[in-house]
Amino acid sequence: MREVAVIGVGMTKWGELWDKSLRTIFVETALLALDDSGIDKIDSMYIGAMSSGVFVGQEHLASLLADYLGQTPLPATRVESACASGGLALRMGFIEVASGMSDVVLVGGVEKMTDLNGHEATYALGTAADQEYEGYHGITFPGLYALIARAHMEKYGTTREQLAMVAVKNHFNGSKNPLAQFPYEITVDSVLNSVMIADPLRILDCSPITDGAAAAILCPVEMAKKMKKPVVKIIGSGHATDTIALSSRKDVTWLEATYQAAKKAYSMANKEPKDINLMEVHDCFTIAEICVTEALGVVEKGKGGEAVELGKTSLEGKIPVNTSGGLKAKGHPVGATGVAQVVEIVKQLRGEAGARQVKGARIGLTQNMGGSGGSTLVHIFERE
Amino acid sequence: MEGIVGYGAYVPRNRIKVEEIAKVWGADAPSFKKGLLLEEKSVPSPDQDTITMSVEASKNALKRAQINPAEIGAVYVGSESHPYAVKPSGTVLAEAIGATPEVHTADFEFACKAGTEGMFVALGLVKAGEIKYGLAVGADTSQGAPGDALEYTAAAGAAAFIFGREKLIAKALVTYSYMTDTPDFWRREYQFYPQHGGRFTGDPAYFKHVTGAAEGIMKKAGMKPKDFDYVIFHQPNGKFPFRVGSLLGFEKKQIEPGWLVNKLGNTYSGSSPMGLTATLDISKPGDKILIVSYGSGAGSDAFIFEVMERIDETRDLAPRTRQLLDHNKNYLDYGVYAKFRQKIKKAL
Repeated sequence: MREVAVIGVGMTKWGELWDKSLRTIFVETALLALDDSGIDKIDSMYIGAMSSGVFVGQEHLASLLADYLGQTPLPATRVESACASGGLALRMGFIEVASGMSDVVLVGGVEKMTDLNGHEATYALGTAADQEYEGYHGITFPGLYALIARAHMEKYGTTREQLAMVAVKNHFNGSKNPLAQFPYEITVDSVLNSVMIADPLRILDCSPITDGAAAAILCPVEMAKKMKKPVVKIIGSGHATDTIALSSRKDVTWLEATYQAAKKAYSMANKEPKDINLMEVHDCFTIAEICVTEALGVVEKGKGGEAVELGKTSLEGKIPVNTSGGLKAKGHPVGATGVAQVVEIVKQLRGEAGARQVKGARIGLTQNMGGSGGSTLVHIFERE
Repeated sequence: MEGIVGYGAYVPRNRIKVEEIAKVWGADAPSFKKGLLLEEKSVPSPDQDTITMSVEASKNALKRAQINPAEIGAVYVGSESHPYAVKPSGTVLAEAIGATPEVHTADFEFACKAGTEGMFVALGLVKAGEIKYGLAVGADTSQGAPGDALEYTAAAGAAAFIFGREKLIAKALVTYSYMTDTPDFWRREYQFYPQHGGRFTGDPAYFKHVTGAAEGIMKKAGMKPKDFDYVIFHQPNGKFPFRVGSLLGFEKKQIEPGWLVNKLGNTYSGSSPMGLTATLDISKPGDKILIVSYGSGAGSDAFIFEVMERIDETRDLAPRTRQLLDHNKNYLDYGVYAKFRQKIKKAL
């Protein structure tokens, strides 16, 4: 297997992009990544998109985007694993370059969500749950994560305030990220007094509906070394699944797929949780970040809430989590999220993260999760 | 010089409180009150509609204008709730006030901007010398689907303006319109309730067009926010007019006199025109007033008026708008409200 580097990344401002279509959002972002890499010829492309068919009525997405990027007859593939589609696109690109099948691969993620109203968007997202055992009974994702939150509170004593602190931390980080959808700070009080969505989760516990894209260019490390940019290697890749239905799990507070994917990634990278300098994780709801940090082995099982309260995961903490603002503040265009995590880690490892730069960051991790944890991708990056 | 010769408003006496609606739908009343600055809204009685309210408002305008209604050469009614799909509201109004038969009549429809459209055209005809007086009314008995956010605001009311060249209460200094095709809110034929694009009704719709029109008319007039004593923006909820005002550089005190929505609701075509009648009620000669409407679909009409001395002798010839709003109120529970608004299915 060849060693693989990320040689270019791109992301544009996320938000309610009323005046841009899905293809425009993607192409603008992909061109930024290509500019950043200094490469003008790609061999292949993987696109992560969760549900362009429901969100904008467009399938056959990979060919459409290859066309509008001016790259036909490039082989282009769209991959889907719900909200982990972007992470999966990265893994496919990684495998293709590592295998020697291609030298330069563009990995992108995109979602255009605001063409639908809130009910329709909630339905579209809900297709990532088990339709027969969950969806048909009326539960949607805020409800599923509310169940996880309630169980975590009962089992480990996690408090309502600790959940709020996840959102406060991520908005603080997001306030330093000009590309974030909501680049401003919030307070614990404002979270606790925001509109109730699914008890105990309130609107400021939930990631938003977002239009956006992100892109990264992968190539062999040998090739990357000849370029001018600092070389950021992908040293670990893990992918795992779990039951889609929350009710089928032994312990609803435990994200087994994240644990398994992380185990593989740590092993491939020959690293341990303590070696990681910062991470971007899937905080689709505040409780998710708490459970994810536990499953990644960064904090002890049941201590995720306490870790946030003690500031262990803050920008100045022992292990900064979601320096970009996370899904909460940066936005969550589902298919793009997994690739945007790579954009943040690469910027951090290159020392280009501006006001939110983690000093001396050398090793970073991304964790991207589908549904209520039915699929997870974990990647580990190291700067040479 | 052309301008307003008479003005009048009308508000039905029924009200329903935000809490009463929220209670039925299990919604969070404090968040509507705090987030959208709403308290209650007006509700028409079963025998009231756009036509009856237009007549009431026009009679009040005539009381202030003190003119012979037979000299009114144009009668325009702007509404999105005309009682008839085919057959004008304006003919009934013209007949009721004694303006027929030598009169041009038309109904306007452009979501919440239909009232100012009628004003725009009536003023234009006066200016062109085609007619001596022109009457324009903005009136609506707007409907919001049960449980929808619009149900907390969709209200009823009317404002009428008579334009002419003499005996002016307010001079019309400048007019301006700003329009694009932006589908943020619509109702197709045979549909009972309108649909809307949620958050799309905000930045790309209301804010873009209201700021576009306000900036456009100020540029055309060579005026700045501080040059106005009062400003009225369309009031779909309590928050939007203050937010757009602050974006444009207006102060709260310039907006407040015409800000009725917290107690009135959104009277659609009547909304910004009623803000203007309430503002004229308290204005004094020399005051400069800016009004910017907004209609979904989407566009804004803007007018700059300068208040004349005749305001002092006419303002109390008919009820003031806030008097109509604050007195003789009758609070409804949701059941009676649902009956009044034809939300209950009955046997034919």
